[in-house]
Amino acid sequence: MSAVADRARTDDAARAAARHMLARIGRYVFLCLVLAFFALPLLWLATAPFDDTPTIGISLPRFTLDNFRTLLDNPYALTSLVNSVWLAGGTALLVVVFAALAAYALSRVRVPGRDALLYGLLLLSSIVTGTATMVPLFELAFRLNLIDSRLGVILVLTGGLLPAAIFILKDFMDATPTSYEESARVFGASPLQIMRHIVVPVVRPGLATVGVWAVANVWGNFLVPFLLLRGPDKAPAAVIMYTLYTEGGQADLRLLSTFSLLYSLPVALMFVFVSSRYGFRFHGGIKR
Amino acid sequence: MVQVTSRPDETVEGARPETGASPAPDAAGLGRARAAGFLVPSMVLILLFLVLPAAWTIYLGVTNYRLTGLAAAHPEVVGLDNYTTALGDERFRTSLLLTLQFVLGSAVIGQAGLGFAIAFALRDRRGPLRRVVEAFVLLSWILPSSVVAFLWIALLDRDAGALNVLLHTPGTAWLLDHPMLSIIIFNTWRGTAFSMMLYAAALENVPRSHLETARLAGASTAQQLRDVVFPRIRGHMLTNLLLISLWTFNDFTPFLITAGGPEQRSEILAVYVYKVALSGGELGFGAAISFLMLLINLVIALIYLRMLGRRKERA
Repeated sequence: MSAVADRARTDDAARAAARHMLARIGRYVFLCLVLAFFALPLLWLATAPFDDTPTIGISLPRFTLDNFRTLLDNPYALTSLVNSVWLAGGTALLVVVFAALAAYALSRVRVPGRDALLYGLLLLSSIVTGTATMVPLFELAFRLNLIDSRLGVILVLTGGLLPAAIFILKDFMDATPTSYEESARVFGASPLQIMRHIVVPVVRPGLATVGVWAVANVWGNFLVPFLLLRGPDKAPAAVIMYTLYTEGGQADLRLLSTFSLLYSLPVALMFVFVSSRYGFRFHGGIKR
Repeated sequence: MVQVTSRPDETVEGARPETGASPAPDAAGLGRARAAGFLVPSMVLILLFLVLPAAWTIYLGVTNYRLTGLAAAHPEVVGLDNYTTALGDERFRTSLLLTLQFVLGSAVIGQAGLGFAIAFALRDRRGPLRRVVEAFVLLSWILPSSVVAFLWIALLDRDAGALNVLLHTPGTAWLLDHPMLSIIIFNTWRGTAFSMMLYAAALENVPRSHLETARLAGASTAQQLRDVVFPRIRGHMLTNLLLISLWTFNDFTPFLITAGGPEQRSEILAVYVYKVALSGGELGFGAAISFLMLLINLVIALIYLRMLGRRKERA
């Protein structure tokens, strides 16, 4: 082997090592920039609520918890959170119960055109979002006397979430064996009994997933309650939050910051819970 | 409003029979009638609050229906007048153009591009850096929209906003001078998490040995991406692009930040419909615009299905 070839090879190796090194550094720099980009807007939420003179900018807080007292002084802050709980809880309950029944029926009984139906509804629900149909939704709620009614908001949201919920749950149901149900049937259990005592316990992770997903969706939803509810006494936190910084001149940053934090906390906690328990990622759920 | 995880014709657990049939026909002895009974509550709500509004949009769009006044009591059918008015309207066409910018800039380039870049940079990492980056990206996705909207208003504030302090550009009113750029970057920040997670799952399907072989053969990163990675995750990319395009197209959150302003310079279609129909009271005209939006959504979905179909034929 000639010396020239040897040197060329070491040159190549050195160049490859340098390139590798540069790529590593580049990757770190990129990730740090990503981190900064995503963390920067969130910093205010971490500092302002605890600052005794909160500003619109970010500063090291002079620590205080007094700001949280403004929540009690505002007539709508805490009630709006209660309203949010009602809307989210009511919608999640309806979505889980109705979707479980429908998914079970679709999974266990052959309905002609079932897959086409599900696919069509799923597509419809991602196309017909509140935005494109806000006019008829408003009109419909008006005719059904559901304007300024919590039930109206819950029903509209449930209708929008159901197709995807049925779809998720049907996957869970399809994956569970039917032998338990068959033996229960041999012993004379009725379909509803089988549903309650066998199917529900087996697919509980699926029900929990759909429930959490529905709560998270409703908790942050602004448009539907904004359209359908009048006046601040029934408005959920999403709408009150918006009115806090758009109405009435100078925004009260003490109230705004503490309210933002309190309102964000439940979804953040839910996220921590879900990710520690199940891992917050797609497990090949979306395949080619 | 709705987040979809996967399409019905896909196997999720991998253990399902290929025919797509139920595991066993009617194990619980449900019977057609009871099965139908189980379906009724869901179907009633879906028909009433999803299918009916979609159909109603078509009807309302050909009337001169208004929220108040004479036409509120006796709406008249005006045929395609609303559509011709809309298509001839400068404000509508501008809004359509802004929406396209919004979708292309924040979904296709912003969310999909950045989401893929993050997933690719994190692909073989475990440990704290990955967890921290993922946590912040996900946090910006799950927080309520009216909270993140205010966080961005604070960030971009003219006087004391963090961005101006950081860039030493005091007095720059980002939301007034660059409203579209602001909401495009905002929406990139807001929605990248979905693409990141989807691509992270997709990249696990790319065998590491293939990348290794390509690297040893001297392929650059760009070549590896083009020849090894992209062909394998094309289905994921299409699914992702469809979903984020639809969501972004219909997104109402920019209303919370700029409310379409200043002077309608960030008035995307979702905001435009709201202003015309519910603030302005022109329900018929608003419904016509809504229907046009539905059509555009449908076109996006069809283009995607077509591309997916072509991909399957080739495979």
